[in-house]
Amino acid sequence: MRITLDEDRCCGAGTCVMTAPDVFDQRDDGIVVLLDPNPPAQLATSVHDAAARCPAAAIRVETE
Amino acid sequence: MTETTADPTDSTDPTDTVDLPGLPRERGCPFDPAPGYAHLRESAPITRIAFPSGGSGWLVTRYEDVRALLADPRFSSRLSAAAPHVRTAVAALPEPLPGALLRLDEPEHARYRRPVMRAFTVKRVQQLRPRIQQIVDERLDAMERAGGPVDLVAELALPVTSLVICELLGVSYDDRETFHGLAGRLLAIESSPEEGQQARAELASFIAALVAAKREKPDDDLLSTLIAEADADPDSPLTDIALTVLGSLLLIAGHETTANMIALGTLTLLEHPDQLAALREDPALADRTVEELLRHLTIIQFGLVRMATEDLTLGGRSIRAGEYVVASLPSANRDPGLGIEDPDRLDITRTPAAHVAFGYGPHQCLGQQLARAELQITLTSLFSRFPGLRLAAPAESLPFRDDMLIYGLHQLPVTW
Repeated sequence: MRITLDEDRCCGAGTCVMTAPDVFDQRDDGIVVLLDPNPPAQLATSVHDAAARCPAAAIRVETE
Repeated sequence: MTETTADPTDSTDPTDTVDLPGLPRERGCPFDPAPGYAHLRESAPITRIAFPSGGSGWLVTRYEDVRALLADPRFSSRLSAAAPHVRTAVAALPEPLPGALLRLDEPEHARYRRPVMRAFTVKRVQQLRPRIQQIVDERLDAMERAGGPVDLVAELALPVTSLVICELLGVSYDDRETFHGLAGRLLAIESSPEEGQQARAELASFIAALVAAKREKPDDDLLSTLIAEADADPDSPLTDIALTVLGSLLLIAGHETTANMIALGTLTLLEHPDQLAALREDPALADRTVEELLRHLTIIQFGLVRMATEDLTLGGRSIRAGEYVVASLPSANRDPGLGIEDPDRLDITRTPAAHVAFGYGPHQCLGQQLARAELQITLTSLFSRFPGLRLAAPAESLPFRDDMLIYGLHQLPVTW
């Protein structure tokens, strides 16, 4: 699982931080931060959920 | 400001709209959207409807289509009419001012959203929780001293959300009658274009005076921070007009929506005693309860309007450039396509759905984390302080806000 972010798209809603707090955080200005670009497999469901819920489609997840 | 009788962007012959249905408005149960939506999702998920002021547009009722529409940059928020899908007399709006987040498209929208995002992050809202708890506790103390019956809207829901946004933004709570009154006039469906324009002008001069005062004497609040940021950076997009427009939006959106969710959420739990019992038994369900209430009640009751900027296809339907499209959030949140079992059932124990109560796309509600915190704290504290909380008037007599753009209750008499 490989995660990439498009910071320019991020609208700071914080949905990803709520959904997968071990993987995503926010900078002070609200823009998404990736805590773990290669999270363990047991977080796959919440990571995919965070990507699906991101209102700005700023999170991309590739499964190897 | 001119009054229009027809949608200026709609090239359809007005006589074609005669036989079209309007937006479903008539609720059966006060907690459910109009029954017409379920039928439309099955039979005509993207359908043409007549607008009350003349002209027509498309109504989108399925979850997937609503999300696709709100995330698609080919649909613009730069509307030239205010709520044309529900108002009988529609104001023709001027070009959106700088900072008017609800009416701007990318990338302009992001320029003004970004400076205010820092005040609404998950972490920042987490830090505000003790202060929100204190505000809620003080209001509950006051309710207890007064003794029931009280109007929960006036005594708890509105004061809590108003105090929180006033402190955050730097507005004096003593001015609450002014901005509560303005919110009422801005959100009433039957407000005339002139009344809406007058209310917008009054709100703008109220915030403009505040911006001027804070420039003289800054304080520890968001408005002062934004002013300092603007004054320090010659390239800042935050002109005085943008500061005024942003301040007006945050003040109104920051108290009115959440206040209605608190009152309507309280009533919903009182009227679903099994759900309330589950929450009492396990207060850790507060997060899920709030997500489920947001989904189930969806107080943006008439949805969000966008305008197609080019000829395109949505959900298999051809939509032409210039046509208005209504994304029904209440309908999307009751669509089986949302991926939850029995979406019409209120179930506070379910895994939170990926609902669209806060909208979707780059405009998704900026204040959603603050709203969640206020709702979680207020609802759990209320039911824990008053275990015997009950209605002080017959449920059938309650004044629901079918007449406002944001649903909820005008009053909620309770006792304990």
